[in-house]
Amino acid sequence: MNQNTKISKVQLAEAIVQIVGAQNLIIDEETQKPYECDGLSVYCEMPLLVVLPDNKEQVQAVMVLCHQQGVPVVARGTGTGLCAGAMPDKDGIILSLAKLSRILEIDPEARTARLEPGVRNLAISEAASEFGLYYAPDPSSQIACTIGGNVAENSGGVHCLKYGLTVHNILALEVITVTGEVLQVGGSGLDNAGYDLMALMIGSEGLLGVVTEISVKLLPQPEKAQVVMAAFDDVQKAGNAVTAVISEGIIPAGLEMMDSHAIVAAEDFAKAGYPTEAKALLLCEVDGSLEEVQEHIQSVEKLFFEQGAFSCKKSGSEAERAQLWKGRKSAFPAVGRISPDYYCMDGTIPRSQLAHVLLEIDKMSDAYGLRVANVFHAGDGNLHPLILFDANVPGELEKTEEFGAKILELSVDVGGCITGEHGVGKEKIRQMHKQFNDTELTQFHAIKYAFDPLALLNPGKGIPELKRCQEYRSIDSAAE
Amino acid sequence: MSDISETLVKQVSSAFKQSTPLKIIAGGSKAFIGREAQGEPLNVSEHKGIVSYHPSELVMTARCGTSMTEIQQTLAENGQYCPFESALFDGAATLGGTLATNLSGPARPWNGSIRDAVIGTRLINGKGEYLKFGGQVMKNVAGYDVSRLQAGALGTLGVITEISFKVLPLPAASGTVVLAMNASEAIKLMNQVSAKAVPVSGSAWLDGNLYLRYSGATKAVDSALKQFKTKNFQQLEPQQADEFWSAMNEQKLDFFKGEAPLWRFSLKSNATHLLDDQNWLIDWGGAQRWLRGDFNQSELEQQAQHSGGQVSLFRYGERSNEVNHTLSEVQKKIHKNLKASFDPKQILNPGRLYSWL
Ligand SMILES: Cc1cc2nc3c(=O)[nH]c(=O)nc-3n(C[C@H](O)[C@H](O)[C@H](O)COP(=O)(O)OP(=O)(O)OC[C@H]3O[C@@H](n4cnc5c(N)ncnc54)[C@H](O)[C@@H]3O)c2cc1C
Repeated sequence: MNQNTKISKVQLAEAIVQIVGAQNLIIDEETQKPYECDGLSVYCEMPLLVVLPDNKEQVQAVMVLCHQQGVPVVARGTGTGLCAGAMPDKDGIILSLAKLSRILEIDPEARTARLEPGVRNLAISEAASEFGLYYAPDPSSQIACTIGGNVAENSGGVHCLKYGLTVHNILALEVITVTGEVLQVGGSGLDNAGYDLMALMIGSEGLLGVVTEISVKLLPQPEKAQVVMAAFDDVQKAGNAVTAVISEGIIPAGLEMMDSHAIVAAEDFAKAGYPTEAKALLLCEVDGSLEEVQEHIQSVEKLFFEQGAFSCKKSGSEAERAQLWKGRKSAFPAVGRISPDYYCMDGTIPRSQLAHVLLEIDKMSDAYGLRVANVFHAGDGNLHPLILFDANVPGELEKTEEFGAKILELSVDVGGCITGEHGVGKEKIRQMHKQFNDTELTQFHAIKYAFDPLALLNPGKGIPELKRCQEYRSIDSAAE
Repeated sequence: MSDISETLVKQVSSAFKQSTPLKIIAGGSKAFIGREAQGEPLNVSEHKGIVSYHPSELVMTARCGTSMTEIQQTLAENGQYCPFESALFDGAATLGGTLATNLSGPARPWNGSIRDAVIGTRLINGKGEYLKFGGQVMKNVAGYDVSRLQAGALGTLGVITEISFKVLPLPAASGTVVLAMNASEAIKLMNQVSAKAVPVSGSAWLDGNLYLRYSGATKAVDSALKQFKTKNFQQLEPQQADEFWSAMNEQKLDFFKGEAPLWRFSLKSNATHLLDDQNWLIDWGGAQRWLRGDFNQSELEQQAQHSGGQVSLFRYGERSNEVNHTLSEVQKKIHKNLKASFDPKQILNPGRLYSWL
C-alpha cells in the first residue's frame, strides 16, 4: 500500500459507489484488464479500482475522497498514450474521463468550442465542419484519443508545423485540483492576468490536476489544400530537401518523411500509391487560398527536383490528397504488421541535423541487429524511429530499450530533446537525467509540490525522483 | 555582446542569502506595467547579444538585454521577423522584458504572442540557481513548460537571462483597408473576417473606423483586398498603413496621449460592445479592448467577467493598489505556491504583479 493510503480496497470501493454508482466502478481484475496499460504495452500494472464518472461533480467528489484517504489518482482518456503515462498505480485508482464526452458548445462566430475532456480529437473537427471550421492539432491517433489526453501530453500532429501544438490552440481549462477544488485556467480572451498556468497544465501528464473542461480555438478550413509527394533514392537528400523548403520562406501545413521500411509497410497496408523502391519519401502539404497554394506547390515541387527527388506527385483532388495521407496516418499500425512488435521513439532534433541523425540511427540499427522504420514530422524535426523487435525473443526488448535510449541521448547531444509530443510518463523517466540536471529536476518537483504536495496525482511519472527532493519535502513539511 | 550571467547569478545568490528584495530592470521601457514595487535594482541590460541564429531553423537565441530593435533588424536582413510583433518603445524594449510582460502586436490572434513563440529559456530562480529549460527545437514536452510560464510573470519567478524563440519568414505582401462603421458593427465584421480562410493579420477599430490588415502570399493578399471593392472603403498606402499599425502598437496614437487611466480588457472576440459612450480602441479582432478614463475598478471587473473576460489597469491611475484582474481564491493559492517554488524568500520583483505575490 502507498504510504499515505488510509483505506482498504473494499472500503474505497464502497465509498466510490456512493459517488458514481456501481455501474461506473470496475472492481474485478478481468474487467480491469484493458486498463493495465496505455498504448505502450510493455509497461503494465493493475490498479486498485477503475472509476468512470459521468460528470465533473462526480470527478470532484472522487478527488476529495482520494485526497482524504491518500489514494493515488491516475487520470485516463482513451489510453492511446505512448509513454506509459496512463499506466495505473497499483495502490491507486484509474480515473477514466471517457464518459465525459459531450461537446458543450460551439460558438461559430468567436470560433471556439467548449468540450468535456473525453471528447475524441476528430469529433471536434467533425462537429465544427458544418460551420466551415476545424480544430488544428491532428495526432495520428485522432480517431481515438481524447482532447483531455491531448492537453495532458501537449499532442502534436502533421499540421502542427503551421498551426502549432495543443498549447497554441487552447483558450481555457477547468481543472479539478488534487483537493477537489475547481481551478479556472485561461479565459475566453487571449491573454490573462497572473501566471500562465495554461502553459504549465498543458503537457503536465496528469501530474498537476484533472482537466474536466476545455475551450479550444477553431480555425477556418482553408480554401484549398494540396499535397506533393516526393521520392528520393537517398535519405540524406530528403533530409536536405526539408531544410530547403523551410529556407525558401514557405511554411507548409505539414511536412512528413518516411524511410524505406515505412514506405513498404504503409503501401502494403494502405495502398496509397507510394513508390516502394524509394529510400525516402516526403509528403508536403500546402494550404491557404487557391492562389497561394498554386504559387507554393509549384515552388515546392521545383525545390524537390533540385534537391534530387526522382519523382514527384501532386494530389489532383481531395480524394487523392486523403489517399496520400492515408499511408502516413496508418504508418504505425502498418509497421505493426511487418514485425511482431515495434517500439516508437519520439526525440526532436534541429532540422539541420536530420540527415546526420538518420545516418547514425542506421549505424546503430546494424550494430544492434534490429531494423528501424522511420516515420516522422520532418518539418519540425520530430523523429519517430520505430524499432522492430520480437518480445518473445529473450533479451530483445531490453536490447530495444537500450537502442531507444541511445537514440534519445543522440537527440539531446545534437541540441534536441527526448520527447517532442508523446511525453515522458513512466517510459522516459531515466532519460530526463540526460536533458536536465538535478537542480532543474528539483525545480520541477517544487512545481509539482505547489499543486500536489502529497504526490497523489500520477505518481512515478514525468519527473524522476531525486534524493534531494525528498529532503526538500521533509524540510518543507517540518516547516508547516 | 556581453555575457554577465555569472555576475547576475552572484547578485541573486547574495540577495537570497540576505533576503534583499530585487527590482529587475533592463531597458526600462515598460516600467509603467504592473504595480509600483520596491527593491534593490538588478540591472540586466548589459547581458545582451544574439547567441545563435540559423535562419533555416527559424529559431533565434538571444540574451535578455538584447534590444528588440536589433533583433528585428537582424531578422529582417534574412527575410524573417518576430511573428508576435511586440512594441519596440523607441529602441528601449528588450527581449527579456518582452517575454516578462508578454506584450504582442496586432497580429496576436493569428500569429500568437511571444509566449507562443518561446521554446527555451535560461533563468536564475530566487535561490540564485541557474537553470535551463526547453531548447532550440519547436517540439519539446519533457518536463513542465517553465519557459512559457515566464510570459507575463513580470520577472516574479526568475531572472530570465536567455531566450530561444521561433521566428517566421516575412510575408511577401501586406495591405490595409479602412471602413467606416460603429464599434458594434466593427466587432461583428472582425469576427466574420477571422472566420474566413484569408490571411488577416490585423483588425482594429478606432474613432468610427475599422482597420483591416492582410499579410501573406501576394496573390492571397490581393484577392482578400479585392472583396472590399464593392464596399465603401479606403485602401491605405503601404507607408500610411505601417505608420498606423506601428503607432497603435507603440501606443503613440492620440488615443494613448495624456495621463488618464488606460484599461486593458481581454474578452471573447465577439463580446458585446460595452459602455458605448466611452473612449475605446478595439484590437485583436475584438479580443483586446482599450478604454481611457476614471472608472471604478471592481465595476469594470464585473462588466468584463460578465463578457467572459478580464480587465487590468494597464497604465496610469493608482498603481499602489492592485492593477491586475482579481484572481479566485484557488488561483491565488496556486500562484502563491508557485511563487514559493521558484522564489521562496520572495525577493524577485515582489508585489509587482499582485500585492500579495
Ligand atoms: C497509433 C498512434 C498514433 C499516435 N500519433 C500521435 C501523434 O501523431 N501525435 C501525438 O502527439 N501523439 C500521438 N499518439 C500518442 C497519443 O495518442 C496522445 O498522447 C494522446 O494525446 C493521448 O490521448 P488519450 O486520450 O489516449 O490519453 P491517455 O493515453 O489515456 O492519457 C495520456 C496522459 O494524459 C493524462 N490524462 C488523460 N486525460 C486527462 C485529463 N482529463 N486530465 C488530466 N490528465 C489526463 C493521463 O494521466 C496520461 O498521463 C499516438 C498514439 C498511437 C497509439
